[in-house]
Amino acid sequence: MELKRTPLYETHVRLGGRIVEFGGFEMPVQYPTGVIKEHMAVREACGLFDVSHMGEVLMEGPDAVKNLNHLLTNDYTEMEDGQARYSPMCNEQGGTVDDLIVYRVSDNHYFIVVNASNREKDVAWIQAHVSGDVKVTDVSDSWGQIALQGPKAEAILSRLTAPENIPEKSYHALWNRDVGGICCIVSRTGYTGSDGFELYVPADQTAALWDLLMETGKDDGLIPCGLGARDTLRLEASMPLYGHELSDTISPLTAGLGYFVKMDKPDFIGKAALEAAGKPLQRRVGLKAVGRGIPREHQAVYAGDKCIGQTTSGTHCPYIGYPAAMAILDREYAQVGTRVEVDVRGRRVEAEVVKMPFYKK
Amino acid sequence: MHFPEELKYTKTHEWVRFTDEGTAYIGITDYAQDQLGDLVFVNLPAAGDDLTAGEPFADVESVKAVSDVNSPVTGTVREVNEDLADAPEKMNEAPYEAWFVLAEGITDQAELMDAQAYEAFVESEG
Repeated sequence: MELKRTPLYETHVRLGGRIVEFGGFEMPVQYPTGVIKEHMAVREACGLFDVSHMGEVLMEGPDAVKNLNHLLTNDYTEMEDGQARYSPMCNEQGGTVDDLIVYRVSDNHYFIVVNASNREKDVAWIQAHVSGDVKVTDVSDSWGQIALQGPKAEAILSRLTAPENIPEKSYHALWNRDVGGICCIVSRTGYTGSDGFELYVPADQTAALWDLLMETGKDDGLIPCGLGARDTLRLEASMPLYGHELSDTISPLTAGLGYFVKMDKPDFIGKAALEAAGKPLQRRVGLKAVGRGIPREHQAVYAGDKCIGQTTSGTHCPYIGYPAAMAILDREYAQVGTRVEVDVRGRRVEAEVVKMPFYKK
Repeated sequence: MHFPEELKYTKTHEWVRFTDEGTAYIGITDYAQDQLGDLVFVNLPAAGDDLTAGEPFADVESVKAVSDVNSPVTGTVREVNEDLADAPEKMNEAPYEAWFVLAEGITDQAELMDAQAYEAFVESEG
């Protein structure tokens, strides 16, 4: 398959980004500053990410809400214009097709943001399961997306736009706002656990907006950040990543996302299977490595000789300063304080089940 | 990128500094640390462990990945640089001072390059 490039590819190359394949795109994994400095910039100052690889899908029509409530586990009945709401999307077996964010643009008009690697699968799934008067359009190629993340994000953005163009509350967005002369969707969301914004921008103006933000934020310590830091940040904030903590066979309840699954809602895809399965036998937990070593993804977790599950993600987390992992473990071992061992390439590393998130702002 | 003249290099990006015919310090090169990114963990052998030329004897971990470190020589570990375990960032900051082990009783070695040959090799890889 031919790899795609975002509108910022040339920018990444110019900035010395190390390019890797991710979700069918050529993306920067890190810049010359390195993952640790990029990670710390987001916690203490600000970082700029290209997230243009994410997919954007429009759902429009009088039956849009009805379809969202049928396709997704969260409830989209009560929403204000500009509000964003996260949801898993389940298959009939209760596994997860993807996790995504839906914005209500206006009455009967919704903007859905999906994972890059699932874009085609999601659009096909949605198309196959909608009914009534609704239109679904994949508009991913028209949009770039830049994430400005960190405690200085609001101050930097304020220099480029009027206060009324900055959403006050998280998970809210404002449409058609002028940011330094470029028309954007300004969303107070992110995938880092720090305060920040995601700016949706027409593809052909994405590079101009990036340069403008970098120039405006450089005295505040704003630096470009790659996918490496995006991954360590989301792990530190215990946010699930599709393909790791969620998959076609991992239910949102196993992943600990019960808050986003509204079982009291009328029927939705996967509801019957989730009901029939009852309380999940396994559950996502946070693990803090106590022994020396770094648990990584897909490593077996033991209680004595008994294998009780597997890690789904793991790395050294730069801000909290210790190796942390997420794992899906048998329920009886999911209690905070439980001691377990992770098989790190043949060596047992002791770990403790701890409360998630590892980092909270 | 730095390639000190007094060292020998492997194709898997380790350096070796012989103090005499049978004794040598071993570490990873500037190119290796640059490719690996910020290093946060090192798993070292113990004094007395055997080393086999071309075989892994340690591993290093960046935030992203784990990589084996191969021994340039066959011999025995006389001394381990325990400081490295507490300060893995030294491998990034000063790769040619951040030795992993001191090997003794060296009886064999992997294919080694001098600084010039290694620099050319790195260029051909990049």
